[in-house]
Amino acid sequence: MAIVELKNVAKRYGSSGSNAVENFNLTTRDGEFVVLVGPSGCGKSTTMRMIAGLERNTDGEILIGGRDVSQVPPKERDIAMVFQSYALYPHMTVAENMAFSLKLKKRSATEIKAQVDDAARTLGIEQLLERKPRELSGGQRQRVALGRAIVRSPQVFLMDEPLSNLDAKLRVDMRAEIVKLHKRLKVTTFYVTHDQVEAMTMGERIVVMKDGQIQQIDTPINLYEHPANRFVAGFIGNPSMNFLRASHVDGVLEGEGFRLTLDPAHAKTMAARAGDVWVGVRPEHLEDTDGEGNAIAGEVEVVETLGSVTVVQLRVGERFVTAQLSGHRRIEVGERLTLGCASDKLHLFDVESDEVIARNSVSALNAVAT
Amino acid sequence: MTSSRFSNFAFGVLAWGVALLIFFPILWLLLTAFKTEQQAFSVDPTFWFTPTLESFRTALAQGNGYWHYAWNSALTAVASTLVGLALAVPAAYAMAFYPNKRTDFLLVWMVSTKFIPAVGVLIPMFLVYKTVGLLDHPLGLTLLFTAMNLPIIIWMVYSYFRDIPKDIVEAADIDGASILQTLFKVVLPLALPGLASTGLLALILAWNESFWSITMSDHRAATLAVYIASFKSAEGLFWAKMSAASVLAIAPIIVLGWFTQRQMVRGLTFGAVK
Repeated sequence: MAIVELKNVAKRYGSSGSNAVENFNLTTRDGEFVVLVGPSGCGKSTTMRMIAGLERNTDGEILIGGRDVSQVPPKERDIAMVFQSYALYPHMTVAENMAFSLKLKKRSATEIKAQVDDAARTLGIEQLLERKPRELSGGQRQRVALGRAIVRSPQVFLMDEPLSNLDAKLRVDMRAEIVKLHKRLKVTTFYVTHDQVEAMTMGERIVVMKDGQIQQIDTPINLYEHPANRFVAGFIGNPSMNFLRASHVDGVLEGEGFRLTLDPAHAKTMAARAGDVWVGVRPEHLEDTDGEGNAIAGEVEVVETLGSVTVVQLRVGERFVTAQLSGHRRIEVGERLTLGCASDKLHLFDVESDEVIARNSVSALNAVAT
Repeated sequence: MTSSRFSNFAFGVLAWGVALLIFFPILWLLLTAFKTEQQAFSVDPTFWFTPTLESFRTALAQGNGYWHYAWNSALTAVASTLVGLALAVPAAYAMAFYPNKRTDFLLVWMVSTKFIPAVGVLIPMFLVYKTVGLLDHPLGLTLLFTAMNLPIIIWMVYSYFRDIPKDIVEAADIDGASILQTLFKVVLPLALPGLASTGLLALILAWNESFWSITMSDHRAATLAVYIASFKSAEGLFWAKMSAASVLAIAPIIVLGWFTQRQMVRGLTFGAVK
């Protein structure tokens, strides 16, 4: 267990200086579960590989338990890593795979056996110990890979998309199991994934990355409720947030096919601004309305009936708006719908920078005014 | 259906035809080895005759005796293969797991040395060997065979190493293995089938080598190639004796190849059929 600190960490490839990761700053709590999430090529794996020592950071410092490990080879960093491909040693049995690191540390045979058995019991793979990796299913290999990591009781776990080679059902099961494992072992864990559902369900804190840069670091619920920019807003949440370009007049946002009223806090902020904004609405915040107040109207083009919910795509002017409505509502393609959204569920973003336009607290503004 | 069956049959006949064509000289060599010199020299080819071991008897006693040459062939082939593998493994390891932007060039450059006709470097090599006293010395031939096969050995070992996922090597790194531990406990066991077939191929190439053997050795280090060549004479009949010597020379490698053919084929197609 340890606190991991990344200070201004950067990775550049080649002399051209194209940055894979830029200015990465993060300090974990001891035993925290941190998820790095982002689209492919965003630098999340590179960041993890720098923590592992498989790649050297070109800039900045990486501290594990207060020790700067930037120049320390992987084996001296006291970390364990689970690879997407599992990377089990094919010529060794499950027990030998798990014992490998302990053997290299010249631990006694009895101690190794005790630790391997203990880890195998934790993961429920005692009956597989004498098998070779090729005789195992994907889920079993995944467990062995986890077992190989936990026998060593390292200071930090690194998991690089460990579930992406599993089928959907197994993925959900293993997700819960890794979370339980983390609760029991309380080892600081970095978890890389491109799947926002995995990130939201597993992470205590989530680092959202894009093009080598941190977009936002926050708890799952804060990312959902208070995205810092349009990228995070669109990336977190499924189906993803709708964005409509709107012109603003006196606390009212208007565009082709919609008219939305801002809540007082947003209206205060917007009073000082001119020009268009992006307005973001989550599909699950849209609901049937009689057309009074906030309204987005359009023709239904796609209906996806999922049972518990019905997802519809609405053509609103030039754009599509996705809405997630309750399951018992029958909707036909071609139907005209008018949907509403509570004013406090609207997100506004600058059209130039894509950064969020925060709600100024009304009381605070009042305080300034008086 | 019928047309595909016919084409299968046609290809089968063609394959047998080609195989027989390739095998025929070896068959003829075998037959000739059991003939008398007169029969061997006869203009009418004979398939039926009373076999004689006379040529073998003569051949075994030729020069320093068969075993002297066989020993030199075995010694230089085995030694050059071992030295070659020992040099190729670290080279291939570095190129496969820690490639840089010059790795591809290096690989091509190494193979390009095989494009030079051996006779092109014969004079300098001969003079160097003469100066350092390696002419007609088993060590001299061993070094030549090693140099001759090294590019092929490195290429093959490199391709087997490349088939090992990099993740596995990185996992060993994180598990605390040094480079040597990773090499001996993880990489070599995984590449063993490939290394074995590489070794066999190098062994066969060195055993069959004749150009350098004949030019750089004479008595002491003479290999089976020199032995076979020694039967050629300007006068008299020597075909039967030479055939018998050739049979004796290729027999060990054919036996080795026969027993290891499964390994050879598996190793040579290792990367292709995964």
